[in-house]
Amino acid sequence: MLMVRGLKAAYGRIPILHGIDLSVGEGEIVGILGHNGMGKTTLLKSLIGLLRPTGGSIELKGRDITRMPAFKRNLNGMGYVPQGRDIFPNLNVLDNLRIAFAMHKVEEEKILEETLEIFPRLKPLLERSGRVLSGGEQQILALARCLCGSPSLLLLDEPTEGIQPSIIEEIIEILQGLCKSRNLTIILVEQNLDFIASLSQRVHIIQRGRFTSEVSPAQLSDAQMIGEFIGMGG
Amino acid sequence: MKIALNLEDWSTRGLILVGLAMLALLFVGPQIFDLFVLLKVILLISTAMLALSLGFIWGFGGILCFGQSVFFGLGGYAYAIGVINIGESTVPILLSVLVPAAFAMMLGYFMFYGRLSDIYLAVVTLAVTLIFYAFMRSTSGEEYHIGSARLMGFNGISSIPGFNWPGFPDSPLWPDDIYYVSVVLLILVYFGLRYLLRTHFGRVVVAIRENEARAEYLGYDVRFYKTMTFTVGAAVAGLAGCLFVNFNNFINPDVFALGLAAQIIMWVLIGGVGTLVGPMLGSVALQMLYNWLGTQKFADFLNTYLVFGAIILVFVLAVPQGLLPSARALALRFLPWVRSQEEQETAARARESAGNG
Repeated sequence: MLMVRGLKAAYGRIPILHGIDLSVGEGEIVGILGHNGMGKTTLLKSLIGLLRPTGGSIELKGRDITRMPAFKRNLNGMGYVPQGRDIFPNLNVLDNLRIAFAMHKVEEEKILEETLEIFPRLKPLLERSGRVLSGGEQQILALARCLCGSPSLLLLDEPTEGIQPSIIEEIIEILQGLCKSRNLTIILVEQNLDFIASLSQRVHIIQRGRFTSEVSPAQLSDAQMIGEFIGMGG
Repeated sequence: MKIALNLEDWSTRGLILVGLAMLALLFVGPQIFDLFVLLKVILLISTAMLALSLGFIWGFGGILCFGQSVFFGLGGYAYAIGVINIGESTVPILLSVLVPAAFAMMLGYFMFYGRLSDIYLAVVTLAVTLIFYAFMRSTSGEEYHIGSARLMGFNGISSIPGFNWPGFPDSPLWPDDIYYVSVVLLILVYFGLRYLLRTHFGRVVVAIRENEARAEYLGYDVRFYKTMTFTVGAAVAGLAGCLFVNFNNFINPDVFALGLAAQIIMWVLIGGVGTLVGPMLGSVALQMLYNWLGTQKFADFLNTYLVFGAIILVFVLAVPQGLLPSARALALRFLPWVRSQEEQETAARARESAGNG
């Protein structure tokens, strides 16, 4: 599905990513775990195309997309839910969802209905404007908006940040269901150990712009592992 | 997308109010204005349309173009050269829209597909205007002509034929006919832009203004939408230039000068960035002030530009949002019944929780 080789990225002259290699198969959920400032968000921004990589290559379904602009990556099936949700505060929930139908207008109503079936929590909120939603509702809206673009690969940037546990549970269930029903592939960036352990099939640990190790989710509940993770921010 | 006419909604009421004001201008204007005032109003309509074009691309598209006058001037010159060569005004009117639009599309292609940042965009557009200024001023020689129309350098082209009835080059429009045409065009352009903002295209344009990266990862080609917005703005400015030529059958390179380029920015800034009516009101108010200052005795010792500089300072410091948005904010604050349903509910909840706390 996605093949990343030696990806390097920088903000101006400050290098952030020093050669990331990542291969994600169809239907896989891959977690990327790391502290603040380790390059998690930078990695996702490079993958969706908001940041031009300074080296390396990205392949999506066997096609080189390293120099493809972000909007084309979206139209080619990459969905991105950024950190901080980034919904439209002045639009109501329904219009927030509608704006995601960039080029797939044909089946707008059908996809909208299906999406609302997956996120029943949004149904009573359709007329509410984005700014009055709670953090958790905004996160769910951002996820739903992303799915309206019918992606096959989902990039999630810290979806649990500042969100109450019951909604985190709900998001886990929804994402697991989507992976089964739609064969969705997910790359998930997180600091939340529990969340990443309960969703991902394998986890990369990112440290100072490099993948330092790959672990199984089971290892994440290991006390020594937790200690190491907490210590490594240093 | 369906357009609901919801009379409970204050933005719809505002729209109806603007429509009524414009209709009043259309029908009542010629009854109460004498010829001199009528011509003056044609000029004001032309500049209001110019302000509208920048108000659209800056306030809604987020494109700060410092050289909107280049499209105004191009529209004026395209009409002048066209009508002198063809001898009939229908095609030249179309030229005055299409030539600036085509030029804007080309310029926009290089600026937006080159991912120029906002500040460079302002500099580039201003430079383009000044290049036109310098070039048109140096075209006095006989060798500078397009067809039978000489460009005449800094003296400008005079005795440009005005509008005629379509297909009848020998029956020109009288000033009050031109007045009707101007007001109708302004109404069409204003409501056309309003409609455009309610379409899918318009929503995307505003989404890009709010956050470019977000629009991009949601699948919209930001470069394309910005180029198109820029082109629409240039077309409107070009039409305004065509009306300007019809005001006194004259155009000279001063339309490309720094003075006009800066004034348009002032009109929009003072009228209110992010509104369409604001820039139009701003242009009318500032020009009337300018004319009034010119007729006053104290103009001998108080430079007009000094007054304008002071006005800009006051607005930037005290009314940074501009006239119309500030008036709206005041109305919301002191006239509770103009608030929307949702805002009223939010305010009620806020009062409740403040009372409990």
